[in-house]
Amino acid sequence: MPTEPLIRFKDITRVYGRGEAEVRALDGVSFDIHPGEFVSIMGPSGSGKSTAMNVLGCLDSATSGEYLFQGVDVSRLDLDQRALLRRHYLGFIFQGYNLLARTSAMQNVELPLIYKGMGREEREARALAALQKVGLAQRAHHDPSELSGGQQQRVAIARALAGDPQVILADEPTGNLDTKRSVEIMELMVELNQSEGITIVMVTHEDDMAAFGSRLIWMVDGKVESDHPTRKAK
Amino acid sequence: MLWETFKLALQSIIRNPMRSFLTVLGVVIGVAAVIAMVTVGNGSSAQVQADVESMGAGLLILKPGQNRMGPGANDGGAARPFDLSDVEAILDQINSISVAVPAGSQQVVAIFAGENYQTSVTGTRNGYFEATDWALSSGRLFSASEEKGKAVCIIGETVREELMGGADPIGEKIRIENLNCTVIGLLEAKGANTFGMDQDDIVVMPFKTFARRIAGSSDVTSITLSVRDGFSSDRAIDDLTSLMQDIRRIDPGEENDFSIRDTEQLANMLGSVTSVLTGLLSAVAAVSLLVGGIGIMNIMLVSVTERTREIGIRMAVGAQANQVLLQFLVEAIVLSALGGMLGILLGLTMGAVGCEMLNVPFIPDPGIIAVAFGFSAVVGVVFGYFPARSAARLDPIEALRH
Repeated sequence: MPTEPLIRFKDITRVYGRGEAEVRALDGVSFDIHPGEFVSIMGPSGSGKSTAMNVLGCLDSATSGEYLFQGVDVSRLDLDQRALLRRHYLGFIFQGYNLLARTSAMQNVELPLIYKGMGREEREARALAALQKVGLAQRAHHDPSELSGGQQQRVAIARALAGDPQVILADEPTGNLDTKRSVEIMELMVELNQSEGITIVMVTHEDDMAAFGSRLIWMVDGKVESDHPTRKAK
Repeated sequence: MLWETFKLALQSIIRNPMRSFLTVLGVVIGVAAVIAMVTVGNGSSAQVQADVESMGAGLLILKPGQNRMGPGANDGGAARPFDLSDVEAILDQINSISVAVPAGSQQVVAIFAGENYQTSVTGTRNGYFEATDWALSSGRLFSASEEKGKAVCIIGETVREELMGGADPIGEKIRIENLNCTVIGLLEAKGANTFGMDQDDIVVMPFKTFARRIAGSSDVTSITLSVRDGFSSDRAIDDLTSLMQDIRRIDPGEENDFSIRDTEQLANMLGSVTSVLTGLLSAVAAVSLLVGGIGIMNIMLVSVTERTREIGIRMAVGAQANQVLLQFLVEAIVLSALGGMLGILLGLTMGAVGCEMLNVPFIPDPGIIAVAFGFSAVVGVVFGYFPARSAARLDPIEALRH
């Protein structure tokens, strides 16, 4: 690809524990992700895909290797700078939705915008726009407990979207949903990827879901086993 | 951001009203106790002050005999009384005294229109009213010629009440023992003094009238004095003591056969007793504030555990450790400040009820209210910091997995 990589993993390792109990969750992982890609990461459990996700999301740091985000060496950033990177460039979607309980959909979506220091009016407008994109504007004032799983995940997508991120990191976003809802969520993500140009990195263990992406990285035992474009369904 | 944090804190407090209330209950009680104690204490002090001042500011009373406490205290009768020349000597020779008048008193029965009333009569001069800071509500003081021994009197509010009800007493004649006496003045009501004695239960007549017609002797059993403005009562007492030792020929080292009572000393003594008590009780109340703070810390720690996932989510969307710390800190501060406010309301209410029951003036002290409120906020900072720090130190991955 002609573009500068958005994300570059170069020989990344992540080691937990020491000596006998040492676990190499990531063992020399290298890949580039370019703007506008939709990457699915798959692999058996314990293959290191979640660890890779945490390192990508700056929630965890690599033991060794180089992680460049837009050319910036993330391993040199301190905790606060990583928080800023998450705040301004990344959006997260989790398997368990991770919405704040007893807090309306609207307020959940506003959360990252509060940390961006945005004024109330702009924040509400943006949050509402994000909810509109995921088709939940009319549910803005419902609490998560009043929404179905699919709806909750769409609120979570709106939250990731509201912060205007470069990359959305999705960790098993359809893991808790039935097939119909899962397909809806995936179609939504594909649309965001194509119309908004947001780069998406998704961990999943379902082939059907991975197939929505444009590229598939297979991981086994902390290593990249294969990395190739998918046969796009459409 | 700070405003957002503040609103967030309020939201999370309102979301759990019962838990929030129980959390701050300790602070509420602590603040309320401190404020109630201090308010009632201040009221009592003010009451003591007012009582003593109603007896006359800078008032000294010179009596024969030692003013002893305990058994055999009333040996004043055995000591030599004063006479009018002593009064003149004091006025002539002591600059620090502005008023000195003889004041003899005796229990008598006053009769008016068939009503009998037992009261006390005091024989003195016009200066008595100045020394005791006592004004007339109607009528006039003694004239110069009346002071030479006319049958006139000025009566207190209680005596009028008992003998004539609400009627105007001026010009009426009341009978005191075997003396028919014209009422020329009515004293303003003063109420009870520090010791609970009704000060308005009094008939005042010229000293000479009293000496001749009631007491039957010109002995002066007590001299009422007033300290001149600008002089301390200690100075006046020193001057008075040396003059009386001189007149009564008491050698240095010998025990004085007279005593001087000082209302200011009395006020200070009573005042210091009240403030020691107030201080002690406030200290006990302050301990409960401390306990209240620990209660807040306890619940905030639980709340951090309970909200681990929330903290993880906040960190994932870009909250920095300091912002999480601030959020929990602000929450603890808002919580305990709210508790402080509740405590102030409760404390003032309790203080008002207490003052009402003890019959003392209700004087809220803005200083102590500010201090109690400030202290409750400080409790929030101190006891909120530890839980907030443990929240800020959470690992976002662990927190999200929670």
